[in-house]
Amino acid sequence: MQQDPPIMTDISRQTNGTGRPGINGDLVYKRVTAFFALVILAILGLMIFEMTKESLPSIGKFGWRFLTSREWDAVQGEFGSLPYLYGSVISAVLSILLATPLSVATALFITEIAPQKLGTVIASLVELLAAIPSVIYGLWGVLVMAPWLQQTVQPWLSEHLGFLPFFSGAPYGVSMMAGVLILAIMIVPIITAISREVLLAVPQSQREAAIALGATRWEMIRMAVLPYGRSGILGAVILGLGRAIGETMAVTMVIGNSPQISLSLLSPAYTMPSVIANEFAETTSKLHSSALMEIGLILLVVTLIINIMARLLIWGVTRGSKAGIA
Amino acid sequence: MKSIALRNGKNLAATALMVLATVVLLTPLGLVFFHIVKMGLSSLSFDFFTQIPKPTGESGGGMANGLLGSAIQITLASCIGLPVGVLGAVYLTEFGGNRLANIIRFSADVLAGIPSIITGMVAYTLLVVPMKGFSAVAGAVALALIMMPIVLRTTEEQLKMVPGTLREASLALGVPLWRTSLKVMLKSATKGIVTGILLSIARIAGETAPLLFTALGNQFWSHKLTEPMASLPLQIFSFAIAPYEDWHKLAWAGALVLVVIMFSINLGARLLGRQKRYS
Repeated sequence: MQQDPPIMTDISRQTNGTGRPGINGDLVYKRVTAFFALVILAILGLMIFEMTKESLPSIGKFGWRFLTSREWDAVQGEFGSLPYLYGSVISAVLSILLATPLSVATALFITEIAPQKLGTVIASLVELLAAIPSVIYGLWGVLVMAPWLQQTVQPWLSEHLGFLPFFSGAPYGVSMMAGVLILAIMIVPIITAISREVLLAVPQSQREAAIALGATRWEMIRMAVLPYGRSGILGAVILGLGRAIGETMAVTMVIGNSPQISLSLLSPAYTMPSVIANEFAETTSKLHSSALMEIGLILLVVTLIINIMARLLIWGVTRGSKAGIA
Repeated sequence: MKSIALRNGKNLAATALMVLATVVLLTPLGLVFFHIVKMGLSSLSFDFFTQIPKPTGESGGGMANGLLGSAIQITLASCIGLPVGVLGAVYLTEFGGNRLANIIRFSADVLAGIPSIITGMVAYTLLVVPMKGFSAVAGAVALALIMMPIVLRTTEEQLKMVPGTLREASLALGVPLWRTSLKVMLKSATKGIVTGILLSIARIAGETAPLLFTALGNQFWSHKLTEPMASLPLQIFSFAIAPYEDWHKLAWAGALVLVVIMFSINLGARLLGRQKRYS
């Protein structure tokens, strides 16, 4: 729903409304509210500043080596973040590859195929699931999913597909695979919900035109609906990626927390947020906490870029609808 | 020209795939929900709401201190976060035609996407380090930082939906802008704003990562704001990863309670938001 922008009144020339000289209430009001609005801006600036400042000792000592070294030794004071970067990137990308087709297909089902009532029910169900906190997905992951993976899925995989490097090794349960699955389950509601908003914003005339030309429903989706919503859906996927990279609790609980770089999905791994969650409260030295801060800074920069990209893409399609607040 | 049979076949296949995808997507989500309810109900007892965790090896106990801690921290976070969110949104609607306002809107959206663990790290450097210790205040501030951008954007959304004619009528009667804003704009949008606030409270009620190194958690009763404080999500986390069957049970019970609380807040917010406000 598009409304006319409110008329901006020039408050500098107004009186205080009582007809008597005195304080200009509107000006005070403007200043007070502006102060609170600026707090938001200040917080963002402060976050970037603090994270950078606290990372400086680590940046100064290790330089670019921090990104390429596998050494993470709090006793020796050697810190390299490669296993964490690897774990974060691989788990996020794989979970996105898993979640995207499912989410987009579901969003299409909700908006294009299902009867309106059923669509609304599924949509609100999905939205409700997006509200379940991370720690609860983690609880389910570590107590239900990981044992199931260890006893059923992973032995089968390593027996029948064990010749592939991706499925070699012993079944631990807590593993890269568990991390990917739990992440996919967690970002599916977000991508679905935003894709749905984007698809709802596709003008009805697009669909009618395609149908009028004799298209089947699938052809209508492929030729009229998807191209129109493409950038918005891409935005939803990128937003999901941002969520996956920053996701902490659930991943920490199921990924095994072992800083190794292995092609196998069955072996444990470690991510950037997980190492922060596990070590930050009990750092052994200034350098240790600074190294964790630098990991946090990398995480911050990556998520900032991802989010800015996603917002721009989604805004382009839905124009001011609430899709941006996820 | 492709045959119509082929095209219809493709249509059918695509439809079937979409239905299948929906089912595949809902299955694990359904399972999560099923296990929370099943395991939660079998582990939940009255003790959960009245007892604090028992030492290792003893069975029973509850998470009463976590419930209290969560309530305290959420209240404090709301006191800090709500004024910023609501009044900031007022600025954006009443005076927000300029570039600065757009920058603020954009930073709020960006802020909402920052991983919550980073919010925790920042709260740690700003409060825990200078205060020389983990504290409930630091936890509440971290939660408030997460709350602010959400409340700001939803409140602005709601204020924008108040018909411009209401505002103009008030201004035309000579009511100053600040009074119009407080008595007409905020008042007419109250329901929507409260909906947004409730949703943001539901969101921070489940946050765990930002509390890990701010409030830290506590095995005992704690009500001092300058000391480490327990909270429900933190307790679920530490009990879930502990190797004891009894603690897992408590974690399931905690999960059920947390989900019920969050769903009730969500449901309440949605019911409130659904009512027609302007005809």
